[in-house]
Amino acid sequence: MSPYRALQAETVKCGHNGDQGEAYYARPIAAGKYPGIVVIHHLPGWDEWIMEVVRKLAHYGYAAISPHLYFREGSDSPDDIGARVRAAGGVADAQVVGDVAGAIAYLRAQPNASGKIGMIGFCSGGRHCYLTACTLSGIDAAVDCWGGNVIVDNPKDLNQKRPVAPIDLTEKLNCPLLGIFGNDDANPTADQVNRTEAVLKRLGKNYEFYRYDGAGHAFFNTWRDAYRPEQALDGWKKVLAFFARHLASSATSIAAE
Amino acid sequence: MCSYIVEKAALVGSAKGRKGWMRIDTANVYFDHPYYSTLDHVLAIDFTNEGEGGRDRVAVELSADSARALVARILAALASGEAAHGGPAPAITDSAAAA
Repeated sequence: MSPYRALQAETVKCGHNGDQGEAYYARPIAAGKYPGIVVIHHLPGWDEWIMEVVRKLAHYGYAAISPHLYFREGSDSPDDIGARVRAAGGVADAQVVGDVAGAIAYLRAQPNASGKIGMIGFCSGGRHCYLTACTLSGIDAAVDCWGGNVIVDNPKDLNQKRPVAPIDLTEKLNCPLLGIFGNDDANPTADQVNRTEAVLKRLGKNYEFYRYDGAGHAFFNTWRDAYRPEQALDGWKKVLAFFARHLASSATSIAAE
Repeated sequence: MCSYIVEKAALVGSAKGRKGWMRIDTANVYFDHPYYSTLDHVLAIDFTNEGEGGRDRVAVELSADSARALVARILAALASGEAAHGGPAPAITDSAAAA
């Protein structure tokens, strides 16, 4: 199956409980039914790299959408909005889960929807992905890319916005989970990744974890010095193969290109 | 790492941003991935006026080493400046007066 080179990308509105925010939405132009994927952005915000990821997934045959989780802070540049969100202690978990649910509802309502829904998140979005996969039903596959603070070692790090460590919700995980991690990452550390895997294994969850030497946090991010091309290319192959397997569709993978 | 860890410093001062000079009352200080720099991690400072909503900021991103050097230079500038301008330490004030 060839990739989909003709795409349509735009900013749309979606939301939850009456809050309507921006989301970046890309999909193949060719008529057909496509699985949906929600892309949960990293802590720096809803930036150009995240939009590249959305278009990449559309290229491989998905209707991909990334909700702007910081839209309530206005329409300034992503870095200024991200700085304000950071200064305010981040966004609340419940709000993020709601915004992701709104994005899923948007995907399901489109005439091109195949009915399958995946999620992928990076950095804080990896944590949000894990959390959401343990909270919402109707998700068919989830990818956590180096989400930190899935395990919370210091209870003082829990607060009103982040009241529960996602690891403590693992029993409710009801979709296959792919984890991508750099062994040089400081958050999550290799030890925390091992402990997360141990919980998934103990609870009999369907998961795949891949760890990369010579890579730290955000090693897919082509905008950062952290980018590691060899590891990132292999990681993307794992991600696309995982989605192709669990969202079973006309979608393609790097290996098939 | 990506964290929400922020050290907040209350300030009395002003800063020049995209709209010109503004009063600032807060510095949000953190060590994390940058927005602009190509370094892996930076010491970032956002100078804002949270009393007026904190929507505008003057931002800097510094390497860890240069941030530490800056701290030393700030303290040095304060010491020499206070000495030159009649700071609280009498010995320094006397020295500055002699200079």
